[in-house]
Amino acid sequence: MTQAVNAVETRRISKSFGPVTVLTDVDFAVRQGEAHALAGGNGAGKSTLMKIIQGVYQPTSGEILIEGEPVSITSIQDAKAAGIGMVFQEFSLVPSLTVAQNIFLGVEPMRGGLVDDREGVRRARTVLQEMAVDIDPKAEVGRLGTAYWQLTEIAKALAQNARVLIMDEPTASLAKHETEALFALIERLKARGISIIYISHRMDEIYRVADRITVLRDGRTLFTSTLADTTPAEIVEGIVGKKIEGELTYRSREAAAASEVLLEVRDLNAGPRVRDVSFAVRAGEIVGLAGLMGSGRTELARALFGIDPIRSGEVLIRGEKANVSSPDRAIAAGLALIPEDRRDQGLVLDHSVRENLLLPLLGRIRRGPLLDLPAGRVLAQSLIERFGVKVAHPGRPVRLLSGGNQQKVVLAKWLGTDPSILILDEPTAGVDIGTKSEILDRIRGLADEGRAVLIISSEYPELLAVSDRVLVVRDGSIVEDLPRRDIADEESLQLAVQGVQS
Amino acid sequence: MTKTEPSVVLEPTPRSARGGFFRDLDWRRYVIYIGFVVVFIFFAVLLGNQGFLSPNNLLNILSQTATIAVIAVGMTFVISAAEIDLSVGSVAGLSSVTAAMTVSAFGLVPGILAGLLVGVVVGSINGALVSLLGIPSFLVTLGMLGVAAGTAQYITNSAPEPILDDTFNNLFGSGSIGPVPVLVIWAVVAVAVGAVVLGRTRYGRQVLATGGNRSAAQYTGIRTRRITFTVLLVSAVVASLAGMLYAGRLQSGRFQWGEGDELSAIAAVILGGTSLFGGAGTVVGTAFGALLIGLINNGLVLAGLDSSQQQIIRGAIIILAVALAKKK
Repeated sequence: MTQAVNAVETRRISKSFGPVTVLTDVDFAVRQGEAHALAGGNGAGKSTLMKIIQGVYQPTSGEILIEGEPVSITSIQDAKAAGIGMVFQEFSLVPSLTVAQNIFLGVEPMRGGLVDDREGVRRARTVLQEMAVDIDPKAEVGRLGTAYWQLTEIAKALAQNARVLIMDEPTASLAKHETEALFALIERLKARGISIIYISHRMDEIYRVADRITVLRDGRTLFTSTLADTTPAEIVEGIVGKKIEGELTYRSREAAAASEVLLEVRDLNAGPRVRDVSFAVRAGEIVGLAGLMGSGRTELARALFGIDPIRSGEVLIRGEKANVSSPDRAIAAGLALIPEDRRDQGLVLDHSVRENLLLPLLGRIRRGPLLDLPAGRVLAQSLIERFGVKVAHPGRPVRLLSGGNQQKVVLAKWLGTDPSILILDEPTAGVDIGTKSEILDRIRGLADEGRAVLIISSEYPELLAVSDRVLVVRDGSIVEDLPRRDIADEESLQLAVQGVQS
Repeated sequence: MTKTEPSVVLEPTPRSARGGFFRDLDWRRYVIYIGFVVVFIFFAVLLGNQGFLSPNNLLNILSQTATIAVIAVGMTFVISAAEIDLSVGSVAGLSSVTAAMTVSAFGLVPGILAGLLVGVVVGSINGALVSLLGIPSFLVTLGMLGVAAGTAQYITNSAPEPILDDTFNNLFGSGSIGPVPVLVIWAVVAVAVGAVVLGRTRYGRQVLATGGNRSAAQYTGIRTRRITFTVLLVSAVVASLAGMLYAGRLQSGRFQWGEGDELSAIAAVILGGTSLFGGAGTVVGTAFGALLIGLINNGLVLAGLDSSQQQIIRGAIIILAVALAKKK
């Protein structure tokens, strides 16, 4: 690589909040036209560093340089003026406005004191054409899929002349082909000299898109390296601070071939997506559900848990027909569902960790008509300890926890009900790799205790690491039932899901 | 080594673990109590020699606050569940005339039951329309405000319905036990029951969870539609009780009783620290919110301000208090 100018650079940045030091002497430099991955575990300081670059926080010491010049960034406006753009993980668009209106939100082209929508559309079209993406600038954002939301976000940043784009887990909500389109777009942006800061936990993506990587650990720069010169194992080791061996390899478990069938589904039809689904899960068995986004795997979980109505077919638990027509009945029948979106479906974010943990367990801490609050505190504390949730105080809002810890709260909340059948939908989405292997280990442990586990995941390595059997879902039906030993590797599972003969 | 996210650090340090589940350990939560004390001291100093501190005047403040406080207890449940009930004032009016007419025609007990029945019927309609048809509670109860008020006016030909039954009048507002007016006792009972149910029962917890994140509550097995239905039912029944308190105190039923009370009740709830967006609520806070409004009304009258000036100052104080309680 030629000696390029650094589009943005931080020198010896430190940041403390009161007595707590979050960043110490962080050096971080992104070259022009480079995709630079930023990695680190929860609490490593990634988001603080990004917030400093975006002007949300001021560093305690150190300096920021834009294209070699020291600058002072004291507000989000300063950062935008300096060419820093953020593609938000939780999208910051107004669904009821059009693509063009969103792109120019706050900086609308004006004519004679009025907003000139026509000019906005024209300029939006230019930006979108430069990105080589096909979106109608006059389309209402709320009617577009999430992939288009993200493209609109990127267009919004580019329209404001961003030279550096920060992308935080940009593929989290994208399907495979949308991810490919995003990667292609990143290549085109790089060719135009735009730099990308790419924050991700997914190794394969980092290797796909990034030129270099900086790993933070405990608020310090651990190393910066070109990806050609570093191995995934080194990066993972850098993130978690210890060598993880085989955290994503399948461990043959005492397969529960002879044990009791806990969950059986016969000819299930539900909602628009689930068609004629039949399968069974035994006690102690972990069954993976593999399928593309929109294949009906999440809808199957929702139907089993009584959220979507079942049109026909039956659900048997321990051989007897079970009523799962609403979540409370499903819970009573021994089911638990860890939903795919923990922030929207799993947690009441503004309520405390303790309140969230106890929500499904309120029936158990009653004393007469009242809740036994001391008993609740003890129960919550025992769940927190059992699941290793890192929390400063169980009375603090769960919103303040990291993604990994939030997910542990959701798991702990459900396992407190001691379900015999556990359905997990994307249990490790947006969770750092250390917590991820911890969660997978717990899932194995739960099956070992004799529970039936059904796990949905878009991440095939993860699915292959824990599943004893994988059901392939396509167009709402189960098209294949593969014992784990019959799946050679990730690629063959990939092919099965795509419906391509190998 | 730090595992703390910066946002955690920025928050004030938590106080002790004591103090109940739903307290955010945040001084802003206590603004209402601080405000109450400040306003009280302010009036006590300024109006001390105009009789503000006389036991009579203080009891007077409590009596005048009582009806709003009762309505606001029900409203706390509604707002905590992220709904709204605009029909409470007119339900109180309809209940007052229904109770008055039935007392005259059939006697005491049928009268009380008829008054409560108004709440049950209106609350069930509100609840069913919101929870089953998914119509926003704002619209349903706005419509019901008109329907109930119009019905009350129609069946009485706009005339007051006198209540001659002394037992009714004494029971619901005119009487007193020792020095304590029964109105105040009703309010204290309503607040106590409401506080325990919202703070200390499974139902209360489910109301707050539904208001905080409906979808997560549903995934947790809470029957969120039932919660929506019951909070609107409770609110209307409590409002019908408040209507009978009006009827007892004023010894008549009239369609105007309770007019505009929905706004005072909402103001009391929000002043008390309940989130307008649901998920966080405290009945004791609501009671103090109602008291603060009563205190301001009383003080401004004693200070000799006319009603236009009172309105301006009352409005400004409410905005100020809510602004102080706001995060950031």
